[in-house]
Amino acid sequence: MVTVLFDGIAWGTLLFVLAVGLSVTLGLMNFVNLAHGAFAMLGGYVTVVMLNRFGVPFLLCLPAAALAAGAAGVILERTLYRRLYEGASHLDQVLFSIGLVFMAMALADFIMGSQQQIVHMPAFLRGQVRLMPGVEVGAYRLFLIASCGATALVLHFALVRTRFGSRLRAGVDNARTARGLGIDVERVFALTFAAGSALAGLGGALGVEILGLDPTFPVKYMVFFLIVVAVGGSGTVTGPLLASLVLGVCDAAGKYYLPQTGAFIIYAVMVAVLILKPQGLFGRAAAR
Amino acid sequence: MQPLGYQTLREHMRARSAWKPAEYLIWLIPIAAWFVLPTHLSLLSQIAIMGLFALSLDLLLGYAGIVSLGHGAFFGLGAYVAGLLGKYGWGEPLSGLAAAALVAGAFGYVSSFLVLRGTDLTRLMVTLGIALMLSEVANKMHWLTGGADGLQGVAIWPVLGLWRFDLYGRVGYAYAVAVLFVLFLLARRIVHSPFGQSLRAIKQNERRMHALGAPVMRRIVAVCTLSAAYAGVAGALLAQTTQFVSLESIGFGKSADVLIMLVLGGTGRLYGALLGALAFMAMRHVLSGMTPQYWEFWLGAMLVLLVMFARGGIFGLIDVLRARLGWARA
Amino acid sequence: MRMTRYATLATLAAGLALGAGARAQDTVKIGLILPMTGPFASTGKQVEAAVRLYIARNGGTAAGKKIEVILKDDTGVQPETTKRLAQELIVQDKVAILAGFGLTPLARATAPVATEAKVPMIVMAAGTSIITNDSPFILRTSFTLAQSASVIAAWAAKSNIKKVFTIVSDFAPGIDGENSFKSGFAPSGGTIVGELRTPLQNPDFAPFLQRAKDAAPDAVFVFLPSGQGAAFMKQFAERGLAGAGIKLIGPGDVTDDDILNGMGQPAIGTITAHFYSAAHDSKENKAYVEAFEKANAGMRPNFMSVGGYDGMHLIYETLKKTGGKVDGMAFVDAAKGMTWTSPRGPVKIEPDTRDITQNIYIRKVENVGGKLYNVEFDKVEMVKDPGKK
Repeated sequence: MVTVLFDGIAWGTLLFVLAVGLSVTLGLMNFVNLAHGAFAMLGGYVTVVMLNRFGVPFLLCLPAAALAAGAAGVILERTLYRRLYEGASHLDQVLFSIGLVFMAMALADFIMGSQQQIVHMPAFLRGQVRLMPGVEVGAYRLFLIASCGATALVLHFALVRTRFGSRLRAGVDNARTARGLGIDVERVFALTFAAGSALAGLGGALGVEILGLDPTFPVKYMVFFLIVVAVGGSGTVTGPLLASLVLGVCDAAGKYYLPQTGAFIIYAVMVAVLILKPQGLFGRAAAR
Repeated sequence: MQPLGYQTLREHMRARSAWKPAEYLIWLIPIAAWFVLPTHLSLLSQIAIMGLFALSLDLLLGYAGIVSLGHGAFFGLGAYVAGLLGKYGWGEPLSGLAAAALVAGAFGYVSSFLVLRGTDLTRLMVTLGIALMLSEVANKMHWLTGGADGLQGVAIWPVLGLWRFDLYGRVGYAYAVAVLFVLFLLARRIVHSPFGQSLRAIKQNERRMHALGAPVMRRIVAVCTLSAAYAGVAGALLAQTTQFVSLESIGFGKSADVLIMLVLGGTGRLYGALLGALAFMAMRHVLSGMTPQYWEFWLGAMLVLLVMFARGGIFGLIDVLRARLGWARA
Repeated sequence: MRMTRYATLATLAAGLALGAGARAQDTVKIGLILPMTGPFASTGKQVEAAVRLYIARNGGTAAGKKIEVILKDDTGVQPETTKRLAQELIVQDKVAILAGFGLTPLARATAPVATEAKVPMIVMAAGTSIITNDSPFILRTSFTLAQSASVIAAWAAKSNIKKVFTIVSDFAPGIDGENSFKSGFAPSGGTIVGELRTPLQNPDFAPFLQRAKDAAPDAVFVFLPSGQGAAFMKQFAERGLAGAGIKLIGPGDVTDDDILNGMGQPAIGTITAHFYSAAHDSKENKAYVEAFEKANAGMRPNFMSVGGYDGMHLIYETLKKTGGKVDGMAFVDAAKGMTWTSPRGPVKIEPDTRDITQNIYIRKVENVGGKLYNVEFDKVEMVKDPGKK
């Protein structure tokens, strides 16, 4: 029972790190970026290559993966995404970002091959840890919860307490007024996009151990990311976090107690939430 | 727009709904294809089917403005209805289509009440969630649907008792195109009718229509039902022409594919759906024939390039080119 | 594919030289349909590499006919695409033989095409028993799940394993595997303490494994499609099932040679029954593995590859018997009863079922010279498919 709960929380926090970037781009910048998972995949592959081929310690791989994905995010944002902020409908954005996903999958296949990638964790993240008598939990999952939880805290702080956070919120609420106040909205958006991509990269790196990694990664988990964003509502850190946790726990418990129903449970939970609260569990009042 | 009298409004609408020369030409293409590409008929019939499916989504998205990422639910439902009928002794194709339309339409009617509320994203996710649940149900009902193994042993009788579905796909192609044409005509009439006009008005400004006292809810429910029935027919066509139903036909992939095709072609124009299906499937076929491993890269590159140069899909690109060349919009 | 295009050009040139009519008769075209993209792409790559290797080692002609392979990608998840590609290959490319077929639904959807067009269809990968019943034109060179599962069941029963928890993928081969394991295991006194079917595409095995652990069996029997074993293995170790004294047994899909070496420590000790291991000790296999790895940048051949390799062998040898003719039924008849020594060991195509009969080896994952291999330590000779009534 405790173990199931624990697994669910670990899966939920991981989902949070993977999806929160999408929540930012979709919720705050109003951009449908279905290629979000591709940045996560990039982070995953960076980790695999560094860890397995060059023997870089796992803990160093994580920031490297985030940096790589963030850099890719900046480059793509400056060259391509930026052109679609104005004048492009959501549907154009869908077409564009799905095109990117196709390209990313083929590239990954070309460079890394189509097989599942496997990473080898350092000894202290392997095996099980005894929390209390009778309750043993995976060391890696414990690490996941700690690192993802810390990420969530930092994010929340950054968004609510820093000057950058308030600029971002201002830019989103009313770009024109924000510009009038001397805020470089373009730059704020670019940085935000990069941060979202970097988080995806970090999530991808953390996720290899649990989710596996192959070129179909961006589409395999796209549905989960979207669920987190929709259920969590946009504009906050706490919304997606709680949504991820609820989903993670429901998914794990559903599979454990009612394995016959498969993934049915989380879809049902999502539909129920959205029918009762169309803005998501913690969404701000409809601004748009 | 200057105020129009009732009479002039009717004339205006009639003029808009009149057939243009280009449209006659468009419908000559499938006939020409029969002679030019006789060995590609099974691909062409699947393009026609996806075209019909995209058309059904266009009714919903392009005319009523409701985004759906779960349209595969209706497609798959139709496919399973027709497939199961064929498997258990009733292989008559046309009544199979009707049954599929009925079942899918009924499901569309019921589920439409769930998408009345919410923003685009909410609708997107609710439709997606419903489709995913349905696909899980189909997967678990192994005894009925064959689960992930697909529905085997579907036997479909000859069309109108005359034409057997053949290996070359000739009958399947003619059948699919004929059904597509008839349903296209119907859809064309509907979108140019007062009902269609009011849908477009709802899409533009839902509140205004409420204020005008238009039965917004009923209109949306009606178009959801219609669109679902269309999708069901498309699914049934696929089941009948391939005599097989896979779990994939109800899955996320189908819903995503059809959305991409429609957006690629251009929404709200009916022909955009057909063009999108044709362009996407033909590109995929050609590219995956050239490089079976890495065709996704080139397909993706095409999509990205298209969006870079034009908004609103291929039709949007055509508009851009027309404007460049100084042609007036027809 | 560049190779095919060159091959086409070459045949075209040859055809022009000999006169237009001669071309079709001098070439035997094989339509190879495999999942080259999508979740099962690794299967497609293995089979394709083996097919190319066979042609490279045995020359591009058989019985005086030029062999031309046309590769198509069916993405692995769309049976209607597989079926359509098969139709197109027959109608448009005029292929004489269909081959490939990565997963059961894909093969079964295509079977009616083979029957209607009277074209032999060589199943090189998919492993459900019933496939060969779907059309009299189907020949199989891979295996059936029931072969491996029945052998591991018998082995488990006599190796002091009393309680088993089964986890299989929820589609035909998984259910086949589950059934034949149960029917082989239960009569000899074993009990099944729990059975789970996981969705075909689902990588998070943690809750399923937790359930298995809580049931405290002696062993977990697992079947997953080729390529998905790594995630399972990892979580099996992480959950501490091995530490709790629970063995991992199954058909060889879970310790797939393609990815086995990457699995590392957790895989060691896993006992599986299967028809091919890259570590199989024979001179045919040594030469095969060496050539395969050389031609494919070090990729290790797995059991899927050997299905493709033997499929080509069957085509070549049958063509020799028929004098290069591929007349549907006559070709299939000539292939019936064929025996040869494959890299996997002796094999035979059963005349009545057109399915393959072969040795099933019991293997244990061991570290051999710094690399992980399935090391064979026992075998059951010439196992017929137990799934055929």
